[in-house]
Amino acid sequence: MFRLFLMLEWKAFLRASSFGANLAIKIILGIVATVYAFLFLMMGFAIYPILEDNGLDPLETVNKYLFFYFVFDLAIRFFMQKLPTMNIKPLLILPIKRNTVVHFAMGKSAISFFNAIHLFWLLPFTVAMLVNGHPAMNVLGWHFAIVALLLADNFINLLINNKDAIFYPVVILVLGAAIGWYYDWFDVTLYTGRAFAMFYEIPVTALVAIGFLAVLYWFTFTYYLERLHLDTGLAKRSDIAKTENYTWLDRFGELGVFLKNDIRLLRRNKRSRTTVFMSVLFVFYGLLFFTGAIDSYDSPGWQVFAGIFVTGGFLFTFGQFVPSWDSAYYPLMMSQNIKYKDYLASKWWLMVIATVISTIMASFYAIFGWHIYLLIVVGAIYNIGINSSLVLLGGAFVKTPIDLTTSKQAFGDKQAFNVRTLLVTIPKLLGPILLYVLGKLHSEELGLALVAGAGLLGFLFRNKIFGIIEGIYRSEKYKTIEAYKQKS
Amino acid sequence: MISVSNLTKKYANGITVLNIPNLDIAPGESFGLVGNNGAGKTTFFSLLLDLIEPSSGKVLNKNVQVNTSEAWKPFTAAFLDESFLIGYLTAEEYFYFIGDLRGQKKSDVDALLAKHEEFFNGEILNSKKYLRDLSKGNMKKVGIIATLIGNPEVVILDEPFANLDPTTVNRLKKIIRELADDPRVTILVSSHDLAHTVEVCDRIVALSKGEIVKDIQTSPETLRELETFFAV
Repeated sequence: MFRLFLMLEWKAFLRASSFGANLAIKIILGIVATVYAFLFLMMGFAIYPILEDNGLDPLETVNKYLFFYFVFDLAIRFFMQKLPTMNIKPLLILPIKRNTVVHFAMGKSAISFFNAIHLFWLLPFTVAMLVNGHPAMNVLGWHFAIVALLLADNFINLLINNKDAIFYPVVILVLGAAIGWYYDWFDVTLYTGRAFAMFYEIPVTALVAIGFLAVLYWFTFTYYLERLHLDTGLAKRSDIAKTENYTWLDRFGELGVFLKNDIRLLRRNKRSRTTVFMSVLFVFYGLLFFTGAIDSYDSPGWQVFAGIFVTGGFLFTFGQFVPSWDSAYYPLMMSQNIKYKDYLASKWWLMVIATVISTIMASFYAIFGWHIYLLIVVGAIYNIGINSSLVLLGGAFVKTPIDLTTSKQAFGDKQAFNVRTLLVTIPKLLGPILLYVLGKLHSEELGLALVAGAGLLGFLFRNKIFGIIEGIYRSEKYKTIEAYKQKS
Repeated sequence: MISVSNLTKKYANGITVLNIPNLDIAPGESFGLVGNNGAGKTTFFSLLLDLIEPSSGKVLNKNVQVNTSEAWKPFTAAFLDESFLIGYLTAEEYFYFIGDLRGQKKSDVDALLAKHEEFFNGEILNSKKYLRDLSKGNMKKVGIIATLIGNPEVVILDEPFANLDPTTVNRLKKIIRELADDPRVTILVSSHDLAHTVEVCDRIVALSKGEIVKDIQTSPETLRELETFFAV
């Protein structure tokens, strides 16, 4: 039975319409994954001797920070790890045991980069402990307990996925714990560190962790099994709709028509709401750079990078996927009385408005010095002038349909924010950094002026770029309609 | 109104799914397209709307070649399938959106909706539902009425009778009949249901494997003729 499922998965992978276009991205992803695996491997080897050289007990130190590692892992999974998607509905009435379907979907989730990556540091670290004369039984007890708990994270993610009501309170609790730890009010790692140490001191207790994993698996299993009906876990959740006319947008004419729809698009679909949430997070990303929290981020090049990022969150997460946001009804858009120019202008304005709002939100950075805020404003100008057109240009080639209605519960697809979004972003960040660094050879002001000047130039020539994008839309029209027909 | 010449659609594997050497649809005509699955009905409509690329030949819609100019869009309306609906809008928002695109005032749209209130059967307007949460039949009703916004001169409906309950089918026939009687409107309807098509169309064309195999003006004998043709 599993063999048949595997065959289905393989075919789904090979036959996805986006396969060809995505192959390059998959290769890049593969390289990134390899780099990370390598880094983790190095870390695994290095961590023991380094901690020891610094006069710390390696195991104790690792145990101390493991709590945050687990939480961080969970957060990464929540946003990045895609849930195992299987086309469940057609399988329901076939002579396949429901148990098998659920076991397979869950098993598939366990075989993932997000689970494997931990072993890259965990195994070398374990070996290092053995080599350094720690008793084998104790080390193995600790090792298996940690592996079990990391795997448990995987299933916890399955359970809390799609449940913002659980996720966000947990985030707040953990943030509280982190702040308490940072300011020495309350050290949660004292307790969790003890717990992790116990797995080492009394190896038998590893069975508790493994038992926990088993119970969690069983719980997740029954959770999904019970919801394997068309009217529960697989049901479409329908929202209570309210007609909103946004008549104040009427004064913008044709542009207003599209703006209205885009606002509704952003507000009423889970996928796009996540985009908005992410772009707010981007605003705070600069804290890492401007507070000197990370030393290597202190260089001027990095700070321009941050300036672009702080104000460009929405631009990168949303603009990247124009026109895929409208993929579900693309034939309508193509047969209605629509001018590409108005359509593009509406998306462009949306990005400009979001960038301006981000810039205003980011004004609190002024407390780190006006120089910092100036960097951010210059970044915003570059975003509005150049990057807003660049993302639209890039988006014209994206032919991956977006499923807006990720409200399908249980085994729904979750691709709201993925690694891919970040990858396509990188080139758009290097331009301003280069300009700034070049100008800085002369003076800092020239550096800033170059970046802002490029932005203004882009702003002036935006109709030219829109013309090019329009051409691409036209020449790619049939291919795009065809690709959007296939559900991802 | 619509003039087709040497229109073919071939796919990469060399299979020809549509081959129409010549077809003219007069202004004001009500045109019914019948045929089995795979006969090429939807392909033909997609070509009329320039949603797929013709392998050869051309379609003129009121003397506008559809795959080189977009000037046909203002006077043409179509509903082929659910990809013509915007799922996250309510029915009202969708109608006003289409109205805006077609340069209609809100009051014009409201008047049209009021006229077709019976067709909606009270399940669509003010239903507190987004289009994506409507049943298939109700989605279809929204799509069909939306094509009437802005007095289009060409209306294209793919399988309008499918998925509708018997009462609604009769109401829809009435609506299509009215359009057919209006000399300014050319209406194109495809269907599997021979009886419905014969009832609402002046002219019926049967497609089989992408070719026109029958082209008849509707008369009392038409239904029998078609039934004999499609008999097994």
